[in-house]
Amino acid sequence: MLSTEEIKEIEHAIKLVPHKKAASVEALKVVQEHRRWVSDESLRDVAKFLDMSPEELDSVATFYNMIFRKEVGKHVILVCDSISCWVMGYENLRDQLFNRLGIKYGETTPDGLFTVLPNCCLGTCDCAPAFMIDHDLYRNVKEEQLEEILKRYD
Amino acid sequence: MEKPLTEHIRKDGRPLTLKEYEAIGGYQALRKMLKMTPKEVQALVKDSNLRGRGGAGFSTGLKWSFVPQDDTKPKYLITNADEMEPGTFKDRILLECTPHQLIEGMICAAYAIQANISYVYLRWAYKTAAQAILNAIDEAENAGYLGKNILGSGYDLEMHLHTGVGRYMCGEETALLNSLEGKRANPRAKPPFPQVSGLFGRPTIVNNVETLCCLPHIINNGSEWFKKLSLTADAGTKLYGVSGKVKKPGAWELPMGVTLRELIEEHAGGMQDGLKFRGALPGGASTDFLVEQHLDVKMDYTSVAAAGSRLGTGTVVVLDDKTCPVGFVKNLEHFFAQESCGFCTPCREGLPWVEKILTAIDAGEGNSDDIKLLEHHTRYLGPGNTFCAFAPGAMEPLQSALKYFRDDFEKHIHDKKCSYKLIANALIHEAS
Amino acid sequence: MVTIYIDNKPYEVKPGKNLLETCLTLGFDLPYFCWHPALGSVGACRQCAVKMFKDADDKTGRLVMSCMEGVTNNQRISISDKTAVDFREGVIEWLMTNHPHDCAVCDEGGSCHLQDMTVMTGHAYRRFNFKKRTHVNQNLGPFINHEMNRCIQCYRCVRFYKDHAGGEDLDVFASKNNVYFGRSEPGTLESEFSGNLSEVCPTGVFTDKTLKSHYTRKWDLTMAPSICQHCSLGCNIIAGERYGDLRMIANRYHGDINGYFICDRGRFGYEFVNAPNRIRQPLHMGQPVDESQMISEISTLLTNSKVIVIGSPRASLQSNFALKKLVGVASFHKGVSQQEQALMELAASILKDGSVHALTMKETEKADAVFILGEDLTNTAPMLALAVRQSVRQQPMLEVSKLSIPEWNDAAARELIQDKKGPLFIATVVETKLDNIATRTFRAAPQDIARLGFAVANLIDSSSPAVANLSEDEKMLADSIAKSLLTAERPAIISGTSCQSDAVLRAAANVASALHKQNKNTGIVLTLPESNSLGLALMGGQSLNAAFEKVKTDQVDTVIILENDLYRHGHAKIIDEFLSKCKSVIVIDHSTNATTSKAQWNIPAGTFAESDGMMVNNEGRTQRFFQVYEKPTIKESWRWIMNIGSAVGNTSIQQWKNFDSVTTAMAHEENLFSGIEKVSPLSNFRMIDGQRVPREPHRYSGRTAMLANVAVSEPKPPEDQDSGLSYTMEGTRALAPSTMIPFFWSPGWNSVQSVNKYQEEVGAALRGGNPGVRLFATTSSQSQYFNEVPEKFKPGENKLWIVPIHHIYGSEELSAKSNSVSKRVSQPYILINAEDAANLQLSEGQVIEFEMDGQSIKLPVMLSTSISMGLAGIPIGLPKLSFIDCPGWGLLNK
Ligand SMILES: Cc1cc2nc3c(=O)[nH]c(=O)nc-3n(C[C@H](O)[C@H](O)[C@H](O)COP(=O)(O)O)c2cc1C
Ligand code: SF4
Ligand code: FES
Repeated sequence: MLSTEEIKEIEHAIKLVPHKKAASVEALKVVQEHRRWVSDESLRDVAKFLDMSPEELDSVATFYNMIFRKEVGKHVILVCDSISCWVMGYENLRDQLFNRLGIKYGETTPDGLFTVLPNCCLGTCDCAPAFMIDHDLYRNVKEEQLEEILKRYD
Repeated sequence: MEKPLTEHIRKDGRPLTLKEYEAIGGYQALRKMLKMTPKEVQALVKDSNLRGRGGAGFSTGLKWSFVPQDDTKPKYLITNADEMEPGTFKDRILLECTPHQLIEGMICAAYAIQANISYVYLRWAYKTAAQAILNAIDEAENAGYLGKNILGSGYDLEMHLHTGVGRYMCGEETALLNSLEGKRANPRAKPPFPQVSGLFGRPTIVNNVETLCCLPHIINNGSEWFKKLSLTADAGTKLYGVSGKVKKPGAWELPMGVTLRELIEEHAGGMQDGLKFRGALPGGASTDFLVEQHLDVKMDYTSVAAAGSRLGTGTVVVLDDKTCPVGFVKNLEHFFAQESCGFCTPCREGLPWVEKILTAIDAGEGNSDDIKLLEHHTRYLGPGNTFCAFAPGAMEPLQSALKYFRDDFEKHIHDKKCSYKLIANALIHEAS
Repeated sequence: MVTIYIDNKPYEVKPGKNLLETCLTLGFDLPYFCWHPALGSVGACRQCAVKMFKDADDKTGRLVMSCMEGVTNNQRISISDKTAVDFREGVIEWLMTNHPHDCAVCDEGGSCHLQDMTVMTGHAYRRFNFKKRTHVNQNLGPFINHEMNRCIQCYRCVRFYKDHAGGEDLDVFASKNNVYFGRSEPGTLESEFSGNLSEVCPTGVFTDKTLKSHYTRKWDLTMAPSICQHCSLGCNIIAGERYGDLRMIANRYHGDINGYFICDRGRFGYEFVNAPNRIRQPLHMGQPVDESQMISEISTLLTNSKVIVIGSPRASLQSNFALKKLVGVASFHKGVSQQEQALMELAASILKDGSVHALTMKETEKADAVFILGEDLTNTAPMLALAVRQSVRQQPMLEVSKLSIPEWNDAAARELIQDKKGPLFIATVVETKLDNIATRTFRAAPQDIARLGFAVANLIDSSSPAVANLSEDEKMLADSIAKSLLTAERPAIISGTSCQSDAVLRAAANVASALHKQNKNTGIVLTLPESNSLGLALMGGQSLNAAFEKVKTDQVDTVIILENDLYRHGHAKIIDEFLSKCKSVIVIDHSTNATTSKAQWNIPAGTFAESDGMMVNNEGRTQRFFQVYEKPTIKESWRWIMNIGSAVGNTSIQQWKNFDSVTTAMAHEENLFSGIEKVSPLSNFRMIDGQRVPREPHRYSGRTAMLANVAVSEPKPPEDQDSGLSYTMEGTRALAPSTMIPFFWSPGWNSVQSVNKYQEEVGAALRGGNPGVRLFATTSSQSQYFNEVPEKFKPGENKLWIVPIHHIYGSEELSAKSNSVSKRVSQPYILINAEDAANLQLSEGQVIEFEMDGQSIKLPVMLSTSISMGLAGIPIGLPKLSFIDCPGWGLLNK
C-alpha cells in the first residue's frame, strides 16, 4: 500500500509530464525515498497506480543503478570506483571499509546499518578518492578518517 | 583574463541567490533577448561559434536551426546535467554555484527555439546542485523570469528539475529522452534527430550545462566578444579540469585553447613529487590518450582532434609513470562494460570481453592472442558499428593505450605479472 | 524502381524498403536477428552489416546496418566486402560468448535461426575463454518453455509481445550483458499470442511446450499445409506428425490472412487429435467392428429406413456436401440451433451481397478507423484482434511519413507516435482486451449496441432508419463515431455472431452500407461461430429443429450425424429425446462427446490432420487443408460417406473416386461454390519433373528404422490419392504451388525464417499468390438498409437478460479438449453487474439459481462493473456448462 504522502508526491510527479507512465522513474524514486528500496510489493503498487503492468515498471526499475530492488541497509555507502579515484588509490580505502564493516560490495552489515555498493564517478575527481553515504559526499578521504565518518551514522 | 562563467562564484561555494545574481547583471541578457526575434538569437549564437560543451563540440546555433520553425506545440529544451563521464566534474561547479546563470541560459535557448517546456536532467548524485536549482527555479518563477508571459513579453516557459537514477547512458541525449519519458535509457536511432522527433515525439534540443551558461554572456556582449575570449578559432572560455597525481587537482575557467602543458604544469601545479607525466585523457574517460609529445597541443576541439583525440569535456585525467596503464584502462573498461545499456550486440557483449581480457592481463594471466583480440574490438566497436557513440567512446582510451603503452601490455603478458603492483607494494612496505 | 549496386552489379529494386529486405528479396543470404518482416527494424543486433560507398570512386566505404538504411537510387553497397564479412562473423562471435552451445539438447536445434546465421557467417572458432554468464529460467505456463541462457538479446520477443501484440506481462529486465527477457515473476504468459514467441525468437529461449512433451526434431515431422479449425478466420497452419501423433502446429505464412502469426488457440488446440479417447475405429454399440461389415450393415439400414442427416459447421465442405448428396437437401439439416443458423445465414447474406468489400485480415490491419459492434475479438476471432491492434497505428503513422521516417523504422516510428492512437470504437457487452487501445468503448445489451449502430448509420446517411429515444450520451457517441468513420480513408466495420443478435449484424451492415455510399474504400468484417460456419450457411438444407420435428412425428428412424456434438446446439432434454426416439443413430466424428456416446454406430472420422477438406473462412475464402498422415482405420468423413453412398447405390456418389471428384461435383452442382475446384491443384498434380511435393524434409531421419521393432523390411509408404503430396521425403524440393507448401525450408535456412524465400517480395504474397479462392465478388450495387431497429433494452424484475460471453480457451469445442488448452479453461460463472448484485444481495462466488426456457441453472456469481444492469453474462461453450440458448430471460429463483 502506498502511503498518502507517497501518493501525494507521485501525483505531483505525474502533473509534470504528459502521461502517467512518464512519471515511472519519479514514482520509483518517491517510494525509495520513503522505504529505502523498492520491494516487489511496492513495485506492484506503483505499477497499479501508474496503470502499468509490473513487468513494464520492473523493466524500467531494474535498468537503473540507483533503484534498489533488493533491501539495503539504513545507510548506503557508494564508493566511487572510477578512474581518478582509482589512480588516487581508492582500493585501499575500499578494502579498509570492507574490513571495518565485515562485508563486501552488495552486502549489508548484520545490524542492517550499512550497505556498500560500488559506484561510478561521483564527479569530484579533483578531490579523489571519494564516496557518498546517503546524501553526504566525502572527498579526499584519508584512511584514518574512515572511522570517524562511519561513527556519524547510526 | 575574462572568466564570464565563473568569476562571480563565491569562495564558499554557496550558490548565488537571485538578488546576488541580479546585482552582477543577471537576467539582463534575458531582457535584452526578449526584444530580439528567436531567429536573431539563433543567428547571434551561430555567429558566436559556440560549440557544445557536452563533448561532441557541435555548433549550438546550427543544432537549433534544425528545429522546425512552425509554432506547433510543445517543443522542449533540456539541460543535460547528467555529468557522469569518469574524470569529469565541471558542470557540477556551475550547477552548484551559479544556478541562475544556467536558468537564464536555458530561457535564452528555449526562446530561440520557441520551446515552452524545459527540463534540467540532473544526475542523482548531485544533491547540492539539486537543491540549488530547485531554489533558483522557485526564485526565478517568483520574479517573473519563468512561467507565463515572461517579463510581459508574451513568451511562456515552464521549467522542471528531473533527477536521474544513475546510468552513464542517460547522458547520451537520445537515451536521456527515453529516461525522461520514464523508460529504459536505451539510445534512439538517428535520424530522426531529437530536433524533429525528441521528447514525447516532439521537437527537442538537448544542451550541456556549460553550453547553456555561455548564452547570457554571448547575448550581453555579442558574438565577436565571445570569439575573442578564445586563443584559437573555437570560441569562448572553457572549464578545464585536471585530476590524477598532480600537485593541485582542480577546475579552472580558461580561454579556449590553452595548452595541455599549461593546464598540468601551471594550473595543476605539475606532477606530484617523484612522478613523471606519462599520458592523459584530455576530456574524460571516452577520449584517446595524449602523451608527452602532445603536451603543447592547444586544448580546443580542432587541435585535440588533430592530435588524434577529442577535447571531450576538457577535464583531464593524468596517468603518471608509477601507475599501470593496463590497470588504468582496465578500470575504464570495467566502467564501460558496467554502464552499457545492453541494447546492441557489440557493446553489450564486446565490452565485458574486453574487460575480462584486461583483467586477465593485469593479473598476469594474459596470453599472446589477447592484444590481437583487443585490437579486434577497438576496430569493430568503432563509430557506426554500434548503435550509439558509447562503445566507440569506450574504445578510444584502449586503442590509444595499445598504441602508446603497448610495451606495458606485452610485458604483462610475457612476465605474467604486473610490475607496477610490485612497485606499489614495495612503496607501501617502505612507508610502514 | 531504382537502381542499386550490390558488389558492383546493378539491380532494379522497389524504393521505400530497407536494404536488408531488399537484399533478401533479391535472394542474397544476408544474416539478421533483430529485424523481423512484421516488426520492422531497430538496429540492435548489428548482424546485417554491409559496406556502403559514397559513389563509384569511394573504395573505403563504411559499415552500415542494412536494416536501418532505405534504398536510394544509385546506392552502392557490398555484402562480400572483407570488413563487412568479418564484422558479421564478429557479431556472431559476440553473441556466442555466453550462449550455452547446447544445440544437442535444444528444441530449436536444427531449425534454429541462430545456427543458420552462425554457419552463414562462417564463425567456427571460439576465442572467448572466460566463464559464461547464466540465468534462471521461469515457468511460463502450459504453452511456452523458457530457457534464458540461450538468449542472444535480439529484443524480438518483447517487440512482438508488447509492441505488436499488446501483451503486458513479458518484458526486458536489467541492463548491460545481464539483460533478461521474461516475466516479473514466473507465471503463465497472459497474451493470447504467446505461442508466436517460439517462432519469433531466433533461438531456443521460447519454445513450444506441447512439442516438448512429445518432442521430435522439426525435420523429423511429416508435415502438410493445413487450416486452423478453431475459429472462422481460417488462419493457415503447418501441421506436423511423427509416429502417428500430431506433434506441432506452426504458422503457415499467408499474406492476406494470418501473416507471420497465429493465436495460441490455433497453435496449441491441436492436442485433441492425440486424445486417448479419440474414436479410432468403427464401433457398433461401443464394440469394434470390421469396416466392411459396418458399411454393409449401415447401407442395409439406410436402404430400409427413413433417414435424415445432420451436417456440421466444423466439418469440411466436402463432408457436408457428401452428406447432403447421400440423402438429398430435404433431409439435410444444418446441425446448429435455430438462432445460430439464422445468424450465420444473415451474415452470409450480408457478405454475399458484396456491395461492401469483405476485408482480409491484412486489409483490416491497414484500416484507419474501426468500429466494432458486439464482438470481443480476442475471444471470438483472436487474430482479428491482433489486426485491429495494428490498425490504430494507421492514423498516427501519417505523421511518421510526414517526417520522411520510413514505415519499417519501427523504433523511430514508435518514439514519434508515442501512445497516440487512431480511431477505434468498441461496443460490446463486457470489457474486452482491446479496450486499452480504444478511442471510446460502449457497454450495453446487444439490443442497445445495435441501436448505437443504427444511429451511426443514420448519421452517416439519413436515408437509413433512425433510432428513437437515444440518450444524450449515446447521441454524442454515435456522432463522434460517425465523424471518425467519415473522415477516415479506409474505415472498417467489424461485427459478428457472437453476441447472438441479428440486430447487431444488421446494424453493422447498415453502418457499412451507409459509409460505403460516401466512401468506396469501406470494408466490413463479420466473424462466425465456427471454422466452416460460412460454408455451411451457403449450403442450403433444413434446420435442426426441423429434424427434431421429423423425429417427433415419426418420419424418421435413422439419423446420421456428421462431426457434430448436438448437445452444443440444443437443450440436453431435447437432444436426449431426439436421439432416443431415433432407432439408429450413426455418428461420424473423431472425438468422443455426449453425442458420440449415444450412437449405435461410431464411424471414425479423420480430424483435419487425417483429412483433406476445404472450409470457407469469414471473408468467404475457400481454403484447403491437406491430410498430414494416414491412419488405416480412420478416414475423412466425406470418404466414409462416399463409401456408404456407393454401397447404397447412390448413382452420383458412385461416380466419385477421391477428393477431386467430390470437390468438382460440388463446384458444378452448387452455384455458390463454383470455382472451389481451383483452390488447389488436382490430385494428379506433379512437379515439373513428374514428382510429388514431399511432406517430409530430406533431412528426415530414421525412416527405415522406425518400424524395425515390427518388421525389418520397410513398408511401402501410403500413396496419396487426393493430392500431389507424397508421404515421404521423396519428391521435388523446388517451390511448390503456394497452397501446397508443407513446410518452409531453403538451403542454409532451416528455421521458419526461410519463409522469405517463398515470397514474391519479403513480407508480401507467397510466390504463386496467397492461397484460397474468394467466393464473393465485390459488386458495385448499393444494398438495401435493414429497417428493424430494436427496442431499447429494459431490465426486468427478478430476472436477468442472459447473454453469451466467449472465452478463447473453452468456448470452442475442439481446442478445449487439448491437454494444454484445458489448463487455461475457466470455471463456469455468471457475470452480474455489481449494483444488481448488491440489490439482489449477492456476493462474489455465491451460487445463484435461475430458470431459462425450462432449464434450471446454478452458477457462481462473478461481479462486474462493465456489464450493464439487468444483464448477466454466461461463458458459453465451456466443457462443464450445458447448452444455454441465450440471449434470453433467466428467472431468478428466490
Ligand atoms: C555515452 C554518452 C554519454 C554522454 N554523457 C553526457 C553528459 O553526461 N553530459 C553532457 O552534457 N553530454 C553528454 N553526452 C553528449 C550528449 O549526447 C550530447 O551530445 C550533449 O548533451 C549535447 O549538448 P551540447 O551540444 O551542448 O554539447 C554523452 C554522450 C554519450 C555518447
Ligand atoms: S529471448 Fe529470443 S527473442 Fe528474446 S531477445 Fe533473446 S534471443 Fe531474442
Ligand atoms: S537485423 Fe539489422 S541490426 Fe539487427
